[in-house]
Amino acid sequence: MPESIPPDSVGLVEPQTLHVDQPLELECGRVLPAYDLVYETYGTLNAEASNAILICHALSGHHHAAGYHGADDKRPGWWDSCIGPGKPIDTDRFFVVCPNNLGGCHGSSGPLSRNPETGELWGPDFPMMTVKDWVKSQTRLADALGVHQWAAVVGGSLGGMQAMQWAIDFPDRLRHSVVIAGAPKLSAQNIAFNEVARQSILTDPNFHGGRYYLHDTYPRQGLILARMVGHITYLSDDAMRMKFGRDLRSGRFHFGFDVEFQVESYLRHQGETFSRNFDANTYLLMTKALDYFDPARDYEHSLEKAMEQTRCKFLVMSFNSDWRFAPERSREIVNALVQAGRDVSYAEIDTPKGHDAFLLPIPEYTKLFGAYLGRVADEVSAHA
Amino acid sequence: MPEALLDANARGAAARRDDLRLISDWIPRGATVLDLGCGDGSLLASLREERDVNGYGLEIDQDNIAACFEKGVNVIEQDLDKGLGNFQSERFDYVIMTQALQAVLRPDAILDEMLRVGREAIITFPNFGHWRVRAYLGFKGRMPVSSALPYEWYDTPNIHLCTVKDFQVHCQRNDIRIIERTVVNRHHRSGALTRAWPNLFGEIAVYRVTR
Repeated sequence: MPESIPPDSVGLVEPQTLHVDQPLELECGRVLPAYDLVYETYGTLNAEASNAILICHALSGHHHAAGYHGADDKRPGWWDSCIGPGKPIDTDRFFVVCPNNLGGCHGSSGPLSRNPETGELWGPDFPMMTVKDWVKSQTRLADALGVHQWAAVVGGSLGGMQAMQWAIDFPDRLRHSVVIAGAPKLSAQNIAFNEVARQSILTDPNFHGGRYYLHDTYPRQGLILARMVGHITYLSDDAMRMKFGRDLRSGRFHFGFDVEFQVESYLRHQGETFSRNFDANTYLLMTKALDYFDPARDYEHSLEKAMEQTRCKFLVMSFNSDWRFAPERSREIVNALVQAGRDVSYAEIDTPKGHDAFLLPIPEYTKLFGAYLGRVADEVSAHA
Repeated sequence: MPEALLDANARGAAARRDDLRLISDWIPRGATVLDLGCGDGSLLASLREERDVNGYGLEIDQDNIAACFEKGVNVIEQDLDKGLGNFQSERFDYVIMTQALQAVLRPDAILDEMLRVGREAIITFPNFGHWRVRAYLGFKGRMPVSSALPYEWYDTPNIHLCTVKDFQVHCQRNDIRIIERTVVNRHHRSGALTRAWPNLFGEIAVYRVTR
Protein backbone atom coordinates (compact mmCIF):
# COMPACT_ATOMS: atom_id res chain seq x y z
CA MET A 1 0.00 0.00 0.00
CA PRO A 2 1.26 3.55 -0.65
CA GLU A 3 2.21 5.54 2.48
CA SER A 4 -1.12 7.30 2.47
CA ILE A 5 -4.30 6.27 0.67
CA PRO A 6 -4.77 8.37 -2.48
CA PRO A 7 -7.94 10.52 -2.50
CA ASP A 8 -9.29 8.68 -5.54
CA SER A 9 -9.00 5.26 -3.88
CA VAL A 10 -11.81 3.44 -2.12
CA GLY A 11 -9.23 2.88 0.66
CA LEU A 12 -9.21 -0.16 2.95
CA VAL A 13 -11.79 -2.75 2.04
CA GLU A 14 -12.88 -6.04 3.53
CA PRO A 15 -14.29 -9.03 1.65
CA GLN A 16 -17.64 -10.42 2.77
CA THR A 17 -19.21 -13.82 2.27
CA LEU A 18 -22.74 -14.73 1.27
CA HIS A 19 -23.77 -18.27 2.05
CA VAL A 20 -26.55 -19.56 -0.20
CA ASP A 21 -28.54 -22.65 0.82
CA GLN A 22 -30.83 -22.58 -2.18
CA PRO A 23 -29.52 -25.24 -4.64
CA LEU A 24 -28.18 -23.98 -7.96
CA GLU A 25 -29.09 -26.01 -11.03
CA LEU A 26 -26.24 -25.85 -13.48
CA GLU A 27 -26.14 -25.99 -17.26
CA CYS A 28 -24.08 -29.21 -17.14
CA GLY A 29 -27.02 -30.94 -15.44
CA ARG A 30 -25.50 -31.09 -11.97
CA VAL A 31 -26.76 -29.21 -8.93
CA LEU A 32 -24.71 -27.23 -6.45
CA PRO A 33 -26.59 -27.89 -3.19
CA ALA A 34 -25.19 -24.89 -1.32
CA TYR A 35 -22.38 -22.45 -1.94
CA ASP A 36 -20.47 -19.40 -0.76
CA LEU A 37 -19.94 -16.23 -2.74
CA VAL A 38 -17.15 -13.95 -1.59
CA TYR A 39 -17.59 -10.33 -2.64
CA GLU A 40 -16.55 -6.78 -1.96
CA THR A 41 -18.61 -3.59 -2.07
CA TYR A 42 -17.54 0.03 -2.45
CA GLY A 43 -19.71 3.13 -2.02
CA THR A 44 -23.18 3.31 -0.52
CA LEU A 45 -26.45 1.81 -1.70
CA ASN A 46 -29.10 4.55 -1.95
CA ALA A 47 -32.55 4.31 -0.35
CA GLU A 48 -34.17 3.19 -3.62
CA ALA A 49 -31.43 0.58 -4.20
CA SER A 50 -31.14 2.02 -7.71
CA ASN A 51 -27.46 2.96 -7.82
CA ALA A 52 -25.85 -0.49 -7.71
CA ILE A 53 -23.28 -1.59 -10.27
CA LEU A 54 -22.19 -5.20 -10.60
CA ILE A 55 -18.60 -5.82 -11.69
CA CYS A 56 -17.96 -9.19 -13.36
CA HIS A 57 -14.38 -10.39 -13.37
CA ALA A 58 -12.35 -11.99 -16.13
CA LEU A 59 -10.42 -15.27 -16.37
CA SER A 60 -7.95 -14.80 -13.54
CA GLY A 61 -9.82 -12.09 -11.65
CA HIS A 62 -11.57 -12.14 -8.28
CA HIS A 63 -13.67 -10.08 -5.89
CA HIS A 64 -10.88 -7.66 -4.94
CA ALA A 65 -11.46 -5.08 -7.68
CA ALA A 66 -10.44 -1.87 -5.88
CA GLY A 67 -8.74 -0.49 -2.79
CA TYR A 68 -6.42 -2.27 -0.35
CA HIS A 69 -6.85 -5.13 2.11
CA GLY A 70 -4.07 -4.00 4.40
CA ALA A 71 -0.92 -1.99 4.84
CA ASP A 72 1.19 -4.78 3.34
CA ASP A 73 -0.58 -4.77 -0.04
CA LYS A 74 1.84 -3.87 -2.78
CA ARG A 75 -0.94 -3.18 -5.25
CA PRO A 76 -4.62 -2.19 -5.10
CA GLY A 77 -7.47 -4.31 -6.54
CA TRP A 78 -7.33 -5.36 -10.19
CA TRP A 79 -9.61 -2.59 -11.55
CA ASP A 80 -8.53 0.23 -9.25
CA SER A 81 -7.81 2.35 -12.37
CA CYS A 82 -11.55 2.53 -13.04
CA ILE A 83 -13.22 2.19 -9.61
CA GLY A 84 -13.06 4.90 -6.94
CA PRO A 85 -14.18 8.42 -6.07
CA GLY A 86 -14.25 10.48 -9.30
CA LYS A 87 -13.17 7.54 -11.45
CA PRO A 88 -15.36 6.17 -14.29
CA ILE A 89 -17.12 3.79 -11.88
CA ASP A 90 -17.55 6.58 -9.36
CA THR A 91 -17.98 5.25 -5.82
CA ASP A 92 -19.29 8.66 -4.71
CA ARG A 93 -22.33 7.99 -6.88
CA PHE A 94 -22.56 4.22 -7.25
CA PHE A 95 -22.72 1.25 -4.92
CA VAL A 96 -20.27 -1.17 -6.51
CA VAL A 97 -20.41 -4.93 -5.98
CA CYS A 98 -17.77 -7.39 -7.16
CA PRO A 99 -18.07 -11.12 -6.42
CA ASN A 100 -15.58 -13.91 -6.98
CA ASN A 101 -17.17 -16.35 -9.42
CA LEU A 102 -18.11 -19.89 -8.48
CA GLY A 103 -15.31 -22.28 -9.34
CA GLY A 104 -12.80 -19.58 -8.45
CA CYS A 105 -9.92 -19.96 -6.03
CA HIS A 106 -10.21 -16.79 -3.95
CA GLY A 107 -12.90 -17.72 -1.44
CA SER A 108 -16.09 -18.48 -3.35
CA SER A 109 -17.06 -22.14 -3.61
CA GLY A 110 -14.72 -23.88 -6.02
CA PRO A 111 -12.14 -26.64 -6.31
CA LEU A 112 -10.37 -25.40 -3.13
CA SER A 113 -13.52 -25.56 -0.98
CA ARG A 114 -15.26 -28.56 0.53
CA ASN A 115 -18.15 -30.46 -0.96
CA PRO A 116 -20.85 -30.04 1.73
CA GLU A 117 -22.17 -33.54 0.97
CA THR A 118 -18.88 -35.40 1.45
CA GLY A 119 -16.80 -33.03 3.53
CA GLU A 120 -13.94 -33.59 1.07
CA LEU A 121 -12.21 -30.93 -1.02
CA TRP A 122 -14.01 -30.54 -4.36
CA GLY A 123 -10.80 -30.50 -6.39
CA PRO A 124 -11.41 -31.69 -9.97
CA ASP A 125 -14.94 -32.83 -9.00
CA PHE A 126 -16.25 -29.28 -8.74
CA PRO A 127 -18.97 -28.99 -11.40
CA MET A 128 -18.11 -27.32 -14.69
CA MET A 129 -19.41 -23.77 -14.65
CA THR A 130 -20.72 -21.65 -17.50
CA VAL A 131 -21.28 -17.92 -17.90
CA LYS A 132 -25.03 -18.60 -17.57
CA ASP A 133 -24.45 -20.38 -14.25
CA TRP A 134 -22.36 -17.51 -12.93
CA VAL A 135 -24.99 -14.97 -13.86
CA LYS A 136 -27.68 -17.05 -12.15
CA SER A 137 -25.56 -17.28 -8.98
CA GLN A 138 -25.02 -13.52 -9.09
CA THR A 139 -28.80 -12.94 -9.03
CA ARG A 140 -28.80 -14.55 -5.56
CA LEU A 141 -26.21 -12.01 -4.44
CA ALA A 142 -28.35 -9.20 -5.88
CA ASP A 143 -31.37 -10.55 -3.98
CA ALA A 144 -29.39 -10.73 -0.74
CA LEU A 145 -28.20 -7.15 -1.16
CA GLY A 146 -31.75 -5.93 -1.90
CA VAL A 147 -30.87 -4.92 -5.45
CA HIS A 148 -33.76 -5.71 -7.76
CA GLN A 149 -32.29 -3.94 -10.76
CA TRP A 150 -28.65 -3.02 -11.33
CA ALA A 151 -27.98 0.46 -12.66
CA ALA A 152 -25.36 -1.36 -14.74
CA VAL A 153 -23.61 -4.68 -15.06
CA VAL A 154 -20.04 -4.07 -16.19
CA GLY A 155 -17.18 -6.30 -17.26
CA GLY A 156 -14.13 -6.69 -19.47
CA SER A 157 -13.25 -9.79 -21.50
CA LEU A 158 -14.93 -12.81 -19.82
CA GLY A 159 -16.53 -10.23 -17.50
CA GLY A 160 -18.10 -8.51 -20.53
CA MET A 161 -19.56 -11.85 -21.55
CA GLN A 162 -21.31 -12.05 -18.17
CA ALA A 163 -22.63 -8.49 -18.65
CA MET A 164 -24.08 -9.63 -22.01
CA GLN A 165 -25.57 -12.82 -20.53
CA TRP A 166 -27.21 -10.81 -17.74
CA ALA A 167 -28.99 -8.70 -20.34
CA ILE A 168 -30.23 -11.79 -22.20
CA ASP A 169 -31.21 -13.97 -19.22
CA PHE A 170 -32.51 -11.33 -16.78
CA PRO A 171 -33.60 -8.42 -18.98
CA ASP A 172 -35.55 -6.65 -16.24
CA ARG A 173 -32.78 -6.76 -13.70
CA LEU A 174 -30.37 -4.24 -15.27
CA ARG A 175 -30.66 -0.87 -16.98
CA HIS A 176 -27.26 -0.85 -18.68
CA SER A 177 -24.84 -3.52 -19.83
CA VAL A 178 -21.23 -2.47 -20.39
CA VAL A 179 -19.25 -4.96 -22.48
CA ILE A 180 -15.54 -4.11 -22.77
CA ALA A 181 -13.02 -6.03 -24.91
CA GLY A 182 -15.54 -8.83 -25.28
CA ALA A 183 -16.72 -11.22 -27.98
CA PRO A 184 -20.05 -12.90 -28.74
CA LYS A 185 -18.26 -16.27 -28.61
CA LEU A 186 -14.74 -17.61 -28.88
CA SER A 187 -13.15 -18.24 -32.26
CA ALA A 188 -11.40 -21.51 -33.10
CA GLN A 189 -8.10 -19.69 -32.54
CA ASN A 190 -9.22 -18.50 -29.08
CA ILE A 191 -10.21 -22.06 -28.14
CA ALA A 192 -6.91 -23.36 -29.53
CA PHE A 193 -4.92 -21.09 -27.20
CA ASN A 194 -7.06 -22.21 -24.26
CA GLU A 195 -6.46 -25.83 -25.19
CA VAL A 196 -2.68 -25.33 -25.21
CA ALA A 197 -2.98 -23.81 -21.74
CA ARG A 198 -5.10 -26.70 -20.50
CA GLN A 199 -2.84 -29.36 -22.01
CA SER A 200 0.20 -27.85 -20.32
CA ILE A 201 -1.57 -28.26 -16.95
CA LEU A 202 -3.17 -31.66 -17.67
CA THR A 203 0.13 -33.20 -18.81
CA ASP A 204 2.20 -31.85 -15.92
CA PRO A 205 3.36 -34.96 -13.94
CA ASN A 206 2.35 -33.14 -10.77
CA PHE A 207 -1.27 -32.76 -11.86
CA HIS A 208 -2.32 -36.20 -10.55
CA GLY A 209 -5.75 -36.06 -12.23
CA GLY A 210 -6.46 -32.80 -10.44
CA ARG A 211 -5.86 -34.28 -6.96
CA TYR A 212 -2.40 -32.78 -6.59
CA TYR A 213 -3.31 -31.49 -3.11
CA LEU A 214 -3.43 -35.12 -1.90
CA HIS A 215 0.20 -35.44 -3.00
CA ASP A 216 1.23 -32.18 -1.41
CA THR A 217 2.22 -30.69 -4.74
CA TYR A 218 0.72 -28.74 -7.65
CA PRO A 219 1.29 -28.55 -11.42
CA ARG A 220 3.60 -25.58 -11.16
CA GLN A 221 5.24 -25.99 -14.55
CA GLY A 222 1.89 -26.49 -16.25
CA LEU A 223 0.45 -23.34 -14.69
CA ILE A 224 3.55 -21.35 -15.67
CA LEU A 225 3.26 -22.47 -19.29
CA ALA A 226 -0.49 -21.85 -19.34
CA ARG A 227 0.00 -18.31 -18.10
CA MET A 228 2.88 -17.63 -20.46
CA VAL A 229 0.86 -18.57 -23.51
CA GLY A 230 -2.16 -16.69 -22.17
CA HIS A 231 -0.08 -13.61 -21.49
CA ILE A 232 1.18 -13.49 -25.07
CA THR A 233 -2.43 -13.18 -26.22
CA TYR A 234 -3.11 -10.36 -23.73
CA LEU A 235 -0.39 -8.14 -25.17
CA SER A 236 -0.03 -6.85 -28.70
CA ASP A 237 3.00 -7.23 -30.95
CA ASP A 238 3.58 -3.47 -30.63
CA ALA A 239 3.23 -3.52 -26.86
CA MET A 240 5.87 -6.27 -26.62
CA ARG A 241 8.17 -4.43 -29.02
CA MET A 242 7.89 -1.23 -27.00
CA LYS A 243 8.28 -2.97 -23.66
CA PHE A 244 11.10 -5.40 -24.48
CA GLY A 245 12.15 -5.16 -28.10
CA ARG A 246 15.02 -7.61 -28.49
CA ASP A 247 16.74 -6.37 -25.35
CA LEU A 248 19.11 -8.87 -23.77
CA ARG A 249 19.44 -9.24 -20.00
CA SER A 250 23.23 -9.32 -20.03
CA GLY A 251 23.79 -7.49 -23.30
CA ARG A 252 25.23 -10.50 -25.18
CA PHE A 253 24.28 -13.94 -26.46
CA HIS A 254 25.09 -16.93 -24.23
CA PHE A 255 24.25 -19.57 -26.84
CA GLY A 256 22.11 -21.56 -24.41
CA PHE A 257 18.52 -21.99 -23.24
CA ASP A 258 18.57 -19.90 -20.10
CA VAL A 259 16.78 -16.57 -20.04
CA GLU A 260 18.54 -14.23 -22.46
CA PHE A 261 15.92 -11.93 -23.93
CA GLN A 262 14.00 -9.61 -21.62
CA VAL A 263 10.71 -10.87 -23.00
CA GLU A 264 11.60 -14.39 -21.85
CA SER A 265 12.41 -13.13 -18.39
CA TYR A 266 9.12 -11.23 -18.22
CA LEU A 267 7.00 -14.18 -19.35
CA ARG A 268 8.69 -16.56 -16.91
CA HIS A 269 8.20 -14.09 -14.08
CA GLN A 270 4.52 -13.64 -14.95
CA GLY A 271 4.08 -17.40 -15.11
CA GLU A 272 5.82 -18.06 -11.83
CA THR A 273 3.91 -15.39 -9.90
CA PHE A 274 0.67 -16.71 -11.33
CA SER A 275 1.45 -20.35 -10.51
CA ARG A 276 1.91 -19.44 -6.84
CA ASN A 277 -1.42 -17.62 -6.62
CA PHE A 278 -3.82 -19.54 -8.80
CA ASP A 279 -5.35 -22.97 -8.59
CA ALA A 280 -4.89 -25.27 -11.58
CA ASN A 281 -8.39 -26.78 -11.39
CA THR A 282 -9.88 -23.29 -11.36
CA TYR A 283 -7.81 -22.32 -14.40
CA LEU A 284 -9.05 -25.36 -16.31
CA LEU A 285 -12.65 -24.62 -15.37
CA MET A 286 -12.51 -20.91 -16.22
CA THR A 287 -11.03 -21.53 -19.67
CA LYS A 288 -13.80 -24.04 -20.39
CA ALA A 289 -16.42 -21.47 -19.34
CA LEU A 290 -14.88 -19.14 -21.94
CA ASP A 291 -14.97 -21.85 -24.63
CA TYR A 292 -18.61 -22.73 -23.91
CA PHE A 293 -19.85 -19.12 -23.99
CA ASP A 294 -22.15 -18.69 -26.98
CA PRO A 295 -25.47 -17.01 -26.09
CA ALA A 296 -26.72 -17.28 -29.68
CA ARG A 297 -26.73 -21.08 -29.34
CA ASP A 298 -29.96 -20.92 -27.32
CA TYR A 299 -31.59 -18.82 -30.05
CA GLU A 300 -31.11 -20.81 -33.26
CA HIS A 301 -27.52 -19.58 -33.44
CA SER A 302 -28.75 -16.06 -34.09
CA LEU A 303 -27.07 -13.40 -31.98
CA GLU A 304 -29.74 -10.97 -33.12
CA LYS A 305 -32.48 -13.24 -31.72
CA ALA A 306 -30.53 -13.56 -28.46
CA MET A 307 -30.29 -9.78 -28.26
CA GLU A 308 -34.03 -9.44 -28.84
CA GLN A 309 -34.43 -10.77 -25.30
CA THR A 310 -32.64 -7.74 -23.85
CA ARG A 311 -34.29 -4.57 -22.53
CA CYS A 312 -31.32 -2.59 -21.23
CA LYS A 313 -29.03 -0.11 -22.97
CA PHE A 314 -25.58 -1.22 -24.03
CA LEU A 315 -22.14 0.30 -24.12
CA VAL A 316 -19.61 -1.75 -26.08
CA MET A 317 -15.94 -0.75 -26.11
CA SER A 318 -12.92 -2.33 -27.77
CA PHE A 319 -9.21 -1.61 -28.24
CA ASN A 320 -7.71 -1.46 -31.72
CA SER A 321 -4.56 -3.46 -30.83
CA ASP A 322 -6.51 -6.25 -29.08
CA TRP A 323 -6.10 -9.38 -31.20
CA ARG A 324 -7.47 -11.80 -28.62
CA PHE A 325 -10.95 -10.22 -28.85
CA ALA A 326 -10.43 -7.80 -31.72
CA PRO A 327 -12.71 -4.80 -32.40
CA GLU A 328 -14.45 -6.81 -35.14
CA ARG A 329 -15.76 -9.15 -32.43
CA SER A 330 -17.22 -6.21 -30.50
CA ARG A 331 -18.76 -4.90 -33.70
CA GLU A 332 -20.55 -8.25 -34.15
CA ILE A 333 -22.24 -7.55 -30.81
CA VAL A 334 -23.09 -3.98 -31.84
CA ASN A 335 -24.51 -5.05 -35.21
CA ALA A 336 -26.72 -7.70 -33.60
CA LEU A 337 -28.04 -5.10 -31.15
CA VAL A 338 -28.73 -2.57 -33.92
CA GLN A 339 -30.51 -5.22 -35.93
CA ALA A 340 -32.55 -6.16 -32.85
CA GLY A 341 -33.43 -2.48 -32.42
CA ARG A 342 -31.75 -2.12 -29.04
CA ASP A 343 -30.04 0.96 -27.65
CA VAL A 344 -26.30 0.61 -28.10
CA SER A 345 -23.24 2.82 -28.21
CA TYR A 346 -19.80 1.76 -29.35
CA ALA A 347 -16.31 3.22 -29.05
CA GLU A 348 -12.99 1.86 -30.24
CA ILE A 349 -10.00 3.02 -28.20
CA ASP A 350 -6.72 3.69 -30.00
CA THR A 351 -3.96 2.12 -27.89
CA PRO A 352 -1.02 -0.24 -28.46
CA LYS A 353 -1.71 -2.06 -25.16
CA GLY A 354 -3.63 -5.04 -26.54
CA HIS A 355 -6.31 -7.00 -24.69
CA ASP A 356 -4.99 -5.96 -21.27
CA ALA A 357 -5.85 -2.33 -22.10
CA PHE A 358 -9.23 -2.68 -20.39
CA LEU A 359 -7.42 -2.83 -17.04
CA LEU A 360 -5.24 0.22 -17.66
CA PRO A 361 -5.74 3.95 -17.00
CA ILE A 362 -5.78 5.03 -20.66
CA PRO A 363 -7.08 8.65 -20.78
CA GLU A 364 -9.35 8.28 -23.87
CA TYR A 365 -10.79 5.09 -22.40
CA THR A 366 -11.48 6.41 -18.92
CA LYS A 367 -12.93 9.61 -20.39
CA LEU A 368 -15.50 7.77 -22.54
CA PHE A 369 -16.22 5.20 -19.83
CA GLY A 370 -16.76 8.03 -17.33
CA ALA A 371 -18.95 10.03 -19.72
CA TYR A 372 -21.24 7.03 -20.22
CA LEU A 373 -21.49 6.07 -16.55
CA GLY A 374 -21.90 9.76 -15.63
CA ARG A 375 -25.09 9.72 -17.64
CA VAL A 376 -26.14 6.49 -15.90
CA ALA A 377 -25.57 8.20 -12.54
CA ASP A 378 -27.61 11.23 -13.70
CA GLU A 379 -30.48 8.90 -14.61
CA VAL A 380 -30.29 7.38 -11.12
CA SER A 381 -30.47 10.84 -9.48
CA ALA A 382 -33.31 11.94 -11.78
CA HIS A 383 -35.45 9.01 -10.63
CA ALA A 384 -34.49 9.15 -6.95
CA MET B 1 -5.98 23.79 -32.18
CA PRO B 2 -5.53 27.34 -33.59
CA GLU B 3 -8.18 29.80 -32.53
CA ALA B 4 -9.38 30.40 -36.08
CA LEU B 5 -10.05 26.69 -36.49
CA LEU B 6 -11.84 26.45 -33.15
CA ASP B 7 -13.97 29.36 -34.24
CA ALA B 8 -14.62 27.66 -37.55
CA ASN B 9 -15.66 24.49 -35.74
CA ALA B 10 -18.06 26.46 -33.58
CA ARG B 11 -19.57 28.03 -36.68
CA GLY B 12 -19.82 24.59 -38.26
CA ALA B 13 -21.71 23.36 -35.20
CA ALA B 14 -24.01 26.38 -35.39
CA ALA B 15 -24.74 25.63 -39.06
CA ARG B 16 -25.60 22.06 -38.12
CA ARG B 17 -27.93 23.23 -35.36
CA ASP B 18 -29.81 25.41 -37.82
CA ASP B 19 -30.10 22.48 -40.22
CA LEU B 20 -31.71 20.50 -37.44
CA ARG B 21 -34.75 22.73 -37.34
CA LEU B 22 -35.31 22.28 -41.05
CA ILE B 23 -34.83 18.52 -40.88
CA SER B 24 -36.96 17.91 -37.79
CA ASP B 25 -40.07 19.02 -39.66
CA TRP B 26 -39.58 16.26 -42.20
CA ILE B 27 -39.34 13.39 -39.71
CA PRO B 28 -42.62 11.82 -38.56
CA ARG B 29 -43.19 10.64 -34.99
CA GLY B 30 -41.67 7.29 -34.06
CA ALA B 31 -39.46 7.00 -37.15
CA THR B 32 -36.17 5.11 -37.07
CA VAL B 33 -33.15 7.22 -37.97
CA LEU B 34 -29.45 6.79 -38.70
CA ASP B 35 -27.48 10.04 -38.45
CA LEU B 36 -24.16 9.94 -40.33
CA GLY B 37 -21.55 12.18 -38.72
CA CYS B 38 -23.88 12.92 -35.81
CA GLY B 39 -21.51 15.32 -34.05
CA ASP B 40 -22.43 15.91 -30.41
CA GLY B 41 -25.78 14.15 -30.87
CA SER B 42 -27.95 17.31 -30.79
CA LEU B 43 -30.16 16.26 -33.71
CA LEU B 44 -30.82 12.78 -32.31
CA ALA B 45 -31.45 14.18 -28.82
CA SER B 46 -33.98 16.71 -30.12
CA LEU B 47 -35.66 14.14 -32.38
CA ARG B 48 -35.94 11.80 -29.40
CA GLU B 49 -37.50 14.47 -27.21
CA GLU B 50 -39.76 16.10 -29.75
CA ARG B 51 -40.71 13.21 -32.01
CA ASP B 52 -40.11 10.03 -30.05
CA VAL B 53 -37.61 9.02 -32.71
CA ASN B 54 -35.37 6.01 -32.12
CA GLY B 55 -31.99 6.35 -33.73
CA TYR B 56 -28.27 5.85 -33.87
CA GLY B 57 -25.50 8.23 -34.77
CA LEU B 58 -22.21 7.38 -36.45
CA GLU B 59 -19.20 9.46 -35.45
CA ILE B 60 -15.40 9.20 -35.37
CA ASP B 61 -14.45 12.11 -33.14
CA GLN B 62 -14.20 10.83 -29.55
CA ASP B 63 -14.98 14.21 -27.98
CA ASN B 64 -18.23 14.14 -29.92
CA ILE B 65 -18.79 10.51 -28.91
CA ALA B 66 -18.35 11.50 -25.25
CA ALA B 67 -20.87 14.33 -25.77
CA CYS B 68 -23.35 11.81 -27.22
CA PHE B 69 -22.80 9.54 -24.19
CA GLU B 70 -23.57 12.48 -21.90
CA LYS B 71 -26.84 13.11 -23.76
CA GLY B 72 -27.77 9.42 -23.64
CA VAL B 73 -27.78 9.31 -27.45
CA ASN B 74 -26.86 6.03 -29.18
CA VAL B 75 -23.58 6.59 -31.00
CA ILE B 76 -21.42 4.09 -32.85
CA GLU B 77 -17.82 4.83 -33.66
CA GLN B 78 -17.60 4.22 -37.39
CA ASP B 79 -15.76 5.77 -40.31
CA LEU B 80 -18.21 6.74 -43.07
CA ASP B 81 -15.50 6.23 -45.67
CA LYS B 82 -15.58 2.51 -44.83
CA GLY B 83 -19.23 2.29 -45.86
CA LEU B 84 -22.38 1.12 -44.12
CA GLY B 85 -21.95 -2.58 -44.92
CA ASN B 86 -22.74 -3.55 -41.32
CA PHE B 87 -26.32 -2.25 -41.62
CA GLN B 88 -28.98 -4.33 -43.32
CA SER B 89 -30.95 -2.93 -46.26
CA GLU B 90 -33.97 -0.80 -45.37
CA ARG B 91 -33.15 -1.01 -41.67
CA PHE B 92 -34.05 2.68 -41.16
CA ASP B 93 -36.84 5.02 -42.22
CA TYR B 94 -34.41 7.91 -42.63
CA VAL B 95 -30.67 8.16 -43.06
CA ILE B 96 -29.51 11.71 -42.39
CA MET B 97 -26.25 13.39 -43.24
CA THR B 98 -25.81 17.02 -42.32
CA GLN B 99 -22.86 19.02 -43.63
CA ALA B 100 -20.74 15.94 -44.25
CA LEU B 101 -21.37 14.93 -47.89
CA GLN B 102 -18.58 17.25 -49.02
CA ALA B 103 -16.16 15.76 -46.48
CA VAL B 104 -16.33 12.06 -47.40
CA LEU B 105 -14.01 10.27 -49.82
CA ARG B 106 -16.77 9.15 -52.19
CA PRO B 107 -20.02 11.14 -51.84
CA ASP B 108 -21.61 9.11 -54.64
CA ALA B 109 -20.92 5.80 -52.87
CA ILE B 110 -22.20 7.03 -49.51
CA LEU B 111 -25.37 8.33 -51.16
CA ASP B 112 -25.99 4.87 -52.64
CA GLU B 113 -25.39 3.30 -49.25
CA MET B 114 -27.74 5.76 -47.53
CA LEU B 115 -30.49 4.85 -49.97
CA ARG B 116 -29.88 1.14 -49.45
CA VAL B 117 -29.95 1.27 -45.64
CA GLY B 118 -32.79 3.80 -45.40
CA ARG B 119 -36.08 4.23 -47.18
CA GLU B 120 -35.27 7.92 -47.58
CA ALA B 121 -32.18 10.04 -47.16
CA ILE B 122 -31.92 13.61 -45.93
CA ILE B 123 -28.79 15.50 -46.94
CA THR B 124 -27.61 19.01 -46.24
CA PHE B 125 -24.54 20.61 -47.81
CA PRO B 126 -23.08 24.07 -48.40
CA ASN B 127 -23.87 25.29 -51.93
CA PHE B 128 -20.63 26.09 -53.74
CA GLY B 129 -22.67 27.83 -56.43
CA HIS B 130 -23.76 30.70 -54.17
CA TRP B 131 -23.02 34.10 -55.73
CA ARG B 132 -20.74 35.14 -52.90
CA VAL B 133 -18.62 32.01 -53.38
CA ARG B 134 -18.48 32.64 -57.11
CA ALA B 135 -17.56 36.27 -56.51
CA TYR B 136 -14.92 35.39 -53.91
CA LEU B 137 -13.13 33.13 -56.36
CA GLY B 138 -13.97 35.27 -59.41
CA PHE B 139 -12.93 38.67 -58.13
CA LYS B 140 -10.54 37.92 -55.26
CA GLY B 141 -9.04 34.91 -57.02
CA ARG B 142 -8.86 33.07 -53.71
CA MET B 143 -10.57 30.01 -52.28
CA PRO B 144 -13.86 31.14 -50.75
CA VAL B 145 -14.25 31.47 -46.99
CA SER B 146 -17.72 32.20 -45.60
CA SER B 147 -19.98 31.35 -42.70
CA ALA B 148 -21.13 28.22 -44.53
CA LEU B 149 -17.56 27.43 -45.63
CA PRO B 150 -15.48 28.62 -42.68
CA TYR B 151 -12.14 26.93 -43.53
CA GLU B 152 -8.96 27.92 -45.30
CA TRP B 153 -7.94 25.83 -48.32
CA TYR B 154 -5.23 24.02 -46.33
CA ASP B 155 -7.25 22.97 -43.31
CA THR B 156 -10.62 22.31 -44.85
CA PRO B 157 -12.21 18.91 -44.36
CA ASN B 158 -14.39 19.75 -47.38
CA ILE B 159 -12.79 17.82 -50.21
CA HIS B 160 -15.79 17.28 -52.51
CA LEU B 161 -17.70 20.54 -52.63
CA CYS B 162 -20.60 20.73 -55.04
CA THR B 163 -23.31 23.10 -56.16
CA VAL B 164 -27.08 22.70 -56.02
CA LYS B 165 -26.99 22.04 -59.76
CA ASP B 166 -24.24 19.41 -59.44
CA PHE B 167 -26.28 17.55 -56.87
CA GLN B 168 -29.46 17.66 -58.96
CA VAL B 169 -27.63 16.41 -62.06
CA HIS B 170 -26.12 13.58 -60.00
CA CYS B 171 -29.56 12.56 -58.73
CA GLN B 172 -30.99 12.64 -62.23
CA ARG B 173 -28.21 10.50 -63.70
CA ASN B 174 -28.43 7.94 -60.89
CA ASP B 175 -32.19 7.49 -60.64
CA ILE B 176 -32.41 9.25 -57.31
CA ARG B 177 -35.79 10.90 -56.84
CA ILE B 178 -35.90 14.26 -55.08
CA ILE B 179 -38.95 14.36 -52.80
CA GLU B 180 -38.34 17.72 -51.22
CA ARG B 181 -35.79 20.50 -51.40
CA THR B 182 -35.21 23.56 -49.28
CA VAL B 183 -32.48 26.03 -50.14
CA VAL B 184 -31.83 28.71 -47.56
CA ASN B 185 -29.62 31.73 -47.07
CA ARG B 186 -27.05 32.20 -44.35
CA HIS B 187 -29.78 32.99 -41.82
CA HIS B 188 -31.42 29.66 -42.65
CA ARG B 189 -34.35 31.43 -44.24
CA SER B 190 -35.80 30.80 -47.61
CA GLY B 191 -37.16 33.73 -49.62
CA ALA B 192 -38.17 34.78 -53.12
CA LEU B 193 -34.56 34.91 -54.31
CA THR B 194 -33.53 31.49 -52.94
CA ARG B 195 -36.69 30.00 -54.42
CA ALA B 196 -36.23 31.59 -57.84
CA TRP B 197 -32.45 31.09 -58.18
CA PRO B 198 -31.45 28.48 -55.61
CA ASN B 199 -28.03 27.81 -57.10
CA LEU B 200 -27.18 31.51 -56.93
CA PHE B 201 -28.79 32.66 -53.69
CA GLY B 202 -28.92 29.51 -51.57
CA GLU B 203 -26.10 28.94 -49.10
CA ILE B 204 -27.32 25.71 -47.58
CA ALA B 205 -29.16 23.04 -49.51
CA VAL B 206 -31.40 20.51 -47.79
CA TYR B 207 -32.67 17.56 -49.80
CA ARG B 208 -34.97 14.65 -49.06
CA VAL B 209 -34.40 11.88 -51.62
CA THR B 210 -35.33 8.27 -52.29
CA ARG B 211 -34.87 5.57 -54.89
